Amino acid sequence: MSSEFRYVGQPVKRFDVDKVYGGALFASDIELPGMLWIKLVSAPYSHARIKRIDCSEALKIPGVVAVFTGEDFPYKVGIYAADRDVLARGKVLYYGHPIAAVVAESLDIAEKAAETIDAEFEPLPAVLSIEEALSPRAPVIHERLGEYRRASFINPVPGTNIANRVKLRKGDAQKAMEDVDVVVEETYRSDPQSHAYMETWAGAATIRSDGTVEVWSSHQSPFAVRNLLAMSLGLPVSKIVVHHLYTGGGFGGKAGLLLEHIPVLISMKLGGRPVFLQLNREENFYYMAQKPGFLFKMKTGATKDGKLVFHIGEYYLDAGAYADYTVNVIRSSTFMATGPYEIPHIHVDGYAVYTNKVPTTAFRGFGILELTASFEQQMDILAEKLGIDPIEFRLKNALKPGVSITPTQEVLAEDAGDPAGVIRRAAELIGYHIPPQRSEEPWKVRGKGIAAAWKGPVQPPNAASSAIVKLNEDGSVDVLVGTGEFGQGTIIALAQIVAEELGIPVEKVRISPYRSTDLVPYTWQTVGSRGLYSDGQALIRALQDLKDQIKEVAARAFNVFKDEVEIRDGKACVVGKHSECIPLERLALGYTFPSGETIHGPIIGRGSHVPSGTTYLDPETGKGNPKPFVTFVAGGVEVEVDLVTMQVRVLKAVLVTDARIINPGLAEGQAYGGILMGIGLALKEAIGFDEIGALRNPSFLEYRLPRVEDMPVEMIFESLNVPQRNAPYGAKGIGELTALPWQAAIANAIYRAIGVRVKEYPITPERLLKAVKEQRPDILTELRKIMVGV
Amino acid sequence: MRISLTVNGVKRVVDVKPNERLLDVLRYRLGIKSVRAGCLVGDCGICTVIVDGKLVKSCLVLAAEANGSNIVTVEGLSTNMRPSPVQRAFVESFGYQCGYCTPAFVLTAHWITENMVNASDEEIARVLNSVVCRCTGYKQIVDSVKLALKWRREGGER
Repeated sequence: MSSEFRYVGQPVKRFDVDKVYGGALFASDIELPGMLWIKLVSAPYSHARIKRIDCSEALKIPGVVAVFTGEDFPYKVGIYAADRDVLARGKVLYYGHPIAAVVAESLDIAEKAAETIDAEFEPLPAVLSIEEALSPRAPVIHERLGEYRRASFINPVPGTNIANRVKLRKGDAQKAMEDVDVVVEETYRSDPQSHAYMETWAGAATIRSDGTVEVWSSHQSPFAVRNLLAMSLGLPVSKIVVHHLYTGGGFGGKAGLLLEHIPVLISMKLGGRPVFLQLNREENFYYMAQKPGFLFKMKTGATKDGKLVFHIGEYYLDAGAYADYTVNVIRSSTFMATGPYEIPHIHVDGYAVYTNKVPTTAFRGFGILELTASFEQQMDILAEKLGIDPIEFRLKNALKPGVSITPTQEVLAEDAGDPAGVIRRAAELIGYHIPPQRSEEPWKVRGKGIAAAWKGPVQPPNAASSAIVKLNEDGSVDVLVGTGEFGQGTIIALAQIVAEELGIPVEKVRISPYRSTDLVPYTWQTVGSRGLYSDGQALIRALQDLKDQIKEVAARAFNVFKDEVEIRDGKACVVGKHSECIPLERLALGYTFPSGETIHGPIIGRGSHVPSGTTYLDPETGKGNPKPFVTFVAGGVEVEVDLVTMQVRVLKAVLVTDARIINPGLAEGQAYGGILMGIGLALKEAIGFDEIGALRNPSFLEYRLPRVEDMPVEMIFESLNVPQRNAPYGAKGIGELTALPWQAAIANAIYRAIGVRVKEYPITPERLLKAVKEQRPDILTELRKIMVGV
Repeated sequence: MRISLTVNGVKRVVDVKPNERLLDVLRYRLGIKSVRAGCLVGDCGICTVIVDGKLVKSCLVLAAEANGSNIVTVEGLSTNMRPSPVQRAFVESFGYQCGYCTPAFVLTAHWITENMVNASDEEIARVLNSVVCRCTGYKQIVDSVKLALKWRREGGER
């Protein structure tokens, strides 16, 4: 692909260099003249009635401007179900739940005043696990669940803690149970985990004198923030402007509306004064939604020749006190149902369940992380029971584009990609069938494992995007798009497409990373690995429009027909005549004839895109087409288990995708980032709760993120470059995909190393030791002999 | 109290409170926004700056303690708007994504090129281990450091 194009497929350098040279602006850098600081006050109970909140002492402190409590803001927010109070009202629903907001002249004063807030609570029995939440005797956390505004496809069960219930039915799984030779029934779990983006949330708001609400905040999707503010607070869209600066990481955790409504509502109460809220790290663990914990039960059957026949699942996500995107995340897990394999009979029930824990939301992978972590262990267990090689077993059942029927009962598109190809290549690259080298230390044992996954954007059928391209009088181009920049570098890939289409140097394409909703065209959200695909499609249409106008003007200048004009190397030329060319700069503002007569005026291209053919899903069966495209990946790892410390180190990781790549430098960055995040989720990261529901580890000292020392010795990323139809240069998204395979691949590798299977993430030394004691106590006996020998 | 700091070669005199962190003084009183808070307790290394030739987490130092010291932030690596080789190496090797931790890594890399020009992979890793990044998976950051070291050893860029 590289030779065909000048820019597409090339590792064009990022142009957001102010991040490296200095000068980059994040929401946390915002300082507005006369800005007041907000400090939230949190409750020390996980479930309690609020009896009294006394703010009088705080109000006496000089510099304190106001204190607000839940009753001041009678609004409900939430993207798919409006379940969230601005500040707790009536009840607190989790330990750390904000009950008041202090506003002061400085953060110092606000912090001091916050300590004086005196509140009284009546504790209620709390629900701290999925199992407790589902018990018929469980206290109901959201008593008015049935009354919440919600999207049509969200089905809460009022009177229970079920925030959403989802069904997938394909074939007849109950009946098919009779037709199999081997059945595997297992349960997989994970603790809640954290996005742990480096920029804690920050947001500022002010109200202009004409009533316009202006917001600067750390978010992924400026238009989603605008839309949800409008919907939740009853404001007209025309009166909201959301400013997007650089955002310091998101990973799904900054996908929709975050806490923007708090500064907005406070500014409204204070006559439009600018106010600012920035969370510290501990607050960010409590006030920002995290990745839900999960409990996935699965029963999967196959015939002895290795064909998957049925799959029955009960998938539960621990939604915490507020479910935000999690009600849709469970739809994603349920509707993908299994890994990238064809199974004729599937029956899955998915539930997002409220508990008295920190709120949860989307996380890179959107439900497919949980699914892959579970189902890809299930595949290895089945393969072993069948006596079939795990790779062969996967290849035998891999989805076939144009042939296979997906879990939502659609034929998998012919251009869907190469599910078998990625598995085969990942197995080759990790040397799956070559025994690992023995470690020099006899208490360290190595093993190799693999996992595969598939995913597409989870979005409504009308998830649109648009783009505007302006030709400047020096032949350069300004591009306006709505997608957010929080590290992925989509705007660099988009610039490459512009340079390619117009034959101009990529340095002549300008796409500002900063944007405001009143100045750039709409895009639905920057989520689901959809940015390059969706905004890219809109951009290609805008470029077609632009080129069409250039040709029209040039044709009149040359006095030829429009189709006799071509655009190459930044010039409009008569086809086949090298001498008759006009540089684009001379057409940017229209064309001026020698007489002075000028035609057309400035050239501006515009394009819109909405995916064709995606539909809502049948509520009873899930039938329908939910995704404009899917991407396939497979990952292989070699791990080393230290039987003395029970620590697992990933020595090598290989990732293969089928996606076409616009910029290999950016794609590799996603891949390595996904691998390290996957290692963290697999082995290290867990949000811990104590017996009353307080977080045990709201810091980076105790919530342990992967560091340089956790980097595998070798990481390989490869793409099979399968073109996607109706996509910009055949490209599709990989951002989330790169994080998917690692939990299961590592668990499978541990099993192949020491014969111990851990079905609960993260696989910490404690959990691994417990599993070794239960499953292979002989290893410890053997180890004792070795150690004494040493 | 009044302290004086040399920041990126310029002498700054500033009034600070006795309990004020160096991080907050650089960021809010002197307006150097590249010095960013990640955790405020020394776990993440994002607020790293160079103080008198040493890598320092500016959230763990009181501004008063830094009185009289010479401080370098990422803005101080460029001369006359021309980025330093270390900065160019980060662009060349895709050594950043969201950019929030980037100044800390660039300054750490700068310190390595100044003090450990022949550093081994293990030595580089040991120093870089003090800063957390959630986006990159570190590979391209390590590549950036190695490229900067290579340029340094070969006496100039490429």
